[in-house]
Amino acid sequence: MTAVASAPAGTAVLAARLRQAVGAERVLTDHAQLRTYECDGLANFRVTPGVVVLAESRQHVVDTVRLCAEAGVPFVARGSGTGLSGGALPVAEGVLLVLSRLRALGPVDPDNARVVVEPGVINLWVTRDATPYDLAYAPDPSSQQVCSIGGNVAENAGGAHCLKYGFTVNHVLGAEVVLPDGSVVHLGGTAPEHPGYDLLGAFIGSEGTLGVATSLTLRLVRVPEAVQTMLVGFSSVEDAAGTVSDIIAAGILPAAIEMMDALAIEAAEAAVHCGYPAGAVAVLVIELDGPQVEVEAQFAQVEQIALARAAFETRIAQDAAERALMWKGRKSAFAAVGRISPAYFVQDGVIPRTKLPQVLAEIDRMAAEVGLRVANVFHAGDGNLHPLVLFDDAVEGQAADAEELAGAILELCISSGGSITGEHGVGFEKRHKMAVQFTPEDLDTMQLVRCAFDPEGIANPGKVFPTPRLCGERPGPRTGEHPVQAAGLGEVF
Amino acid sequence: MTTAVGPRPGTAEDAVVGVVPGEVVRPGSEQQVVEVLRAAQRDGRSVLATGGRSKTGWAPAPTSADVLVDVTGLDRVVEHTAGDLVVVAQAGVPLAALQEQLASAGQWLALDPPETGATLGGIVSANASGPRRLRYGTARDLLIGVTVVLADGTVAHAGGKVVKNVAGYDLGKLYTGAHGTLGVVVSTTWRLHPVPAARQVVVLDLPDPQAAGPLAIAIARSTLTPVAVELQAVVGGAAALVVVFEAIAASVTAQADAAVALLGGGRRTDALPEGFGQRPGGPDDLVLRLAFAPASLSFVLAALPDGAEVAASACTGVAYAVLPDAGAAALEGLRAALARHDGTAVVLSAPLPLRAGLDHWGPVGDSLGLMRRVKDRFDPERRLAPGRFVGGI
Repeated sequence: MTAVASAPAGTAVLAARLRQAVGAERVLTDHAQLRTYECDGLANFRVTPGVVVLAESRQHVVDTVRLCAEAGVPFVARGSGTGLSGGALPVAEGVLLVLSRLRALGPVDPDNARVVVEPGVINLWVTRDATPYDLAYAPDPSSQQVCSIGGNVAENAGGAHCLKYGFTVNHVLGAEVVLPDGSVVHLGGTAPEHPGYDLLGAFIGSEGTLGVATSLTLRLVRVPEAVQTMLVGFSSVEDAAGTVSDIIAAGILPAAIEMMDALAIEAAEAAVHCGYPAGAVAVLVIELDGPQVEVEAQFAQVEQIALARAAFETRIAQDAAERALMWKGRKSAFAAVGRISPAYFVQDGVIPRTKLPQVLAEIDRMAAEVGLRVANVFHAGDGNLHPLVLFDDAVEGQAADAEELAGAILELCISSGGSITGEHGVGFEKRHKMAVQFTPEDLDTMQLVRCAFDPEGIANPGKVFPTPRLCGERPGPRTGEHPVQAAGLGEVF
Repeated sequence: MTTAVGPRPGTAEDAVVGVVPGEVVRPGSEQQVVEVLRAAQRDGRSVLATGGRSKTGWAPAPTSADVLVDVTGLDRVVEHTAGDLVVVAQAGVPLAALQEQLASAGQWLALDPPETGATLGGIVSANASGPRRLRYGTARDLLIGVTVVLADGTVAHAGGKVVKNVAGYDLGKLYTGAHGTLGVVVSTTWRLHPVPAARQVVVLDLPDPQAAGPLAIAIARSTLTPVAVELQAVVGGAAALVVVFEAIAASVTAQADAAVALLGGGRRTDALPEGFGQRPGGPDDLVLRLAFAPASLSFVLAALPDGAEVAASACTGVAYAVLPDAGAAALEGLRAALARHDGTAVVLSAPLPLRAGLDHWGPVGDSLGLMRRVKDRFDPERRLAPGRFVGGI
């Protein structure tokens, strides 16, 4: 655990101004209260923030950001705090801006299939409100019962069904954004293709480093005519992975193809008794949706493909309850691993789908080499792995070994032609790996965007990028050395 | 490696919206693009990139064009991983050539802009789309990786070769539709789709184009999954609604039946009607791209003057229209009417004498200042496609 003590004294003046602006009851400075916010869903990094602001309106966000900008104090926006990369890890001496009370939702505009929400709205609430109109919000991260739309936008969240439906960025059409200087801009809207740069596309997935969204216009999708879900048991990981490739090669685009290995199955069974096939070394959860005739025909085809790959059990959900149970096993897998291991790291790498068998074999080999177990739960259809590295934190050195293995798995993803993150974001945890995936020039170019939005670098500093950066004010080519650079304080753009 | 062709002096044939470039160079490799841009930076010269030249009128005239970089020499399909449904192709590859190559693997890049000769780089830079955007989205939804050469010659990659990837800023979206004002796109990586097995088309003739609005909403709210719903119309005249299904045979047949029932009629065919997906008008017309809240199609049609030729992607809130009474006043009047529906109108084509008096892009909103700051960071000397973008960027 990395703990950094706070020194609240430095933010005392700012706290006083914040109380005046947003109301004393919404500004926390008591150490015990601040500690509630010291981490997000990635609990192995903790920093106590200097001040916490519990915003309840757009104006509170504007005021907080503006006061931070005036004081030159960094701020970190936080939604439900379920992020798994430390994206909402506070900055000591900074302000943590909590948005979970900004929860206005709707009304749903059924003819345009749009809904406007505030950032603290919980992901699942959107679909709940859209259901009476036969509409749904497609991005469905496993944490959708608790995670917020604002956090989803910051991380460009995915979920099991993004294989067919795409990610958050494909479903957000407009945003009102408070820029790091406290000014407000409107990006996109209800209509597509507003003239100008697609700043919304750059903003989504920027992990809180470009500003704070206070309102989001979401695209809803029509609930399909038919949905069918199948659970398939295999005696080998290779057969399961081969089935995935064969389905895609047959020109079928399922709504989701999820895979779990033996260890992940064991954990899920222990936790939620999901009734997965006994003795399975790997299971696939395959869901097809669309017009009834299409789903029926392709479902039969998928079953044949699985049987040809020696599936020993194919079970088709007969009703919504059975489908929910199949998904429960999958969606509770992370938490379930707590049943079979005292501690674990979740990773989020992506590989080209065709490399699944080799990469899984290599992960096995790497794990065996250091004597650790890795449970694999993943979105197989798009090659998004979630290896869970199990360890016992009571055993000295094991946490460090596990962390090292998790990092090595990410580098394996990169060398296989993939990415260090498919949906959890880079955050604090993986910022150093960015330099493995991208060249210095690539990262410099991303910094150009950062500097356009946040020249002072006060929006969620220390995330996404491997080294602290400063934005030089000089236009023109990068020549010579900036004094700050010369002093070793940062690099200049 | 292909040798760079040129530089040679620019001629009238090389003109972009009436501006003849000082010289033209046709690089054969990414490295040659880098050298051209470094040299341009050293000499303080402006740079304009073109591909198939099918959409050069989609942006206003450059204020300066010292060097025209013709990227059609970057014509290699670098890597097609069929099992991963991913292709990497250089910017100068014509879309049609790419589709031909992908078809042998039963795959395609699900973009169908109608412009003949369009290259991948030009499609990205102009954000061109076609009817099937209803199902597959546009370039921003399908582009998963991109390489650009920046104003100072820096080679910058973003994204990667996997569809699901949230590492770093998604700059592919920023370059999409930027008309070359942030960098020269040299390579693109795309998510692919399987070519559907069968097609059924339902064509419904409408006595009045206005009838299309409620029908488009009814289709959008149904469980039908058309790949395209196109309205071909002359305002105040004849119209046809074309609903296209592409999937397995059993599905398209059943869905076409259901569509006929929903629409209360329509001819069924397996061929696309003539002119399907084509933009209306020619180089001497004032052609606009309209975008609006999707359910406002009826309102948009009502705001257009009689005689306006329209092709609309009826369920997505995008339409292409020819204004018969071409003029700045007509354009501004239309913009004012559309604004109530979050609507915008940008110019795709206009007779050269008319262009100077037109506001090409129309109002941008309160993010224009931020757009300028982005431009200032990427191209502080304003040498890339100067004057071609919103707010004079």
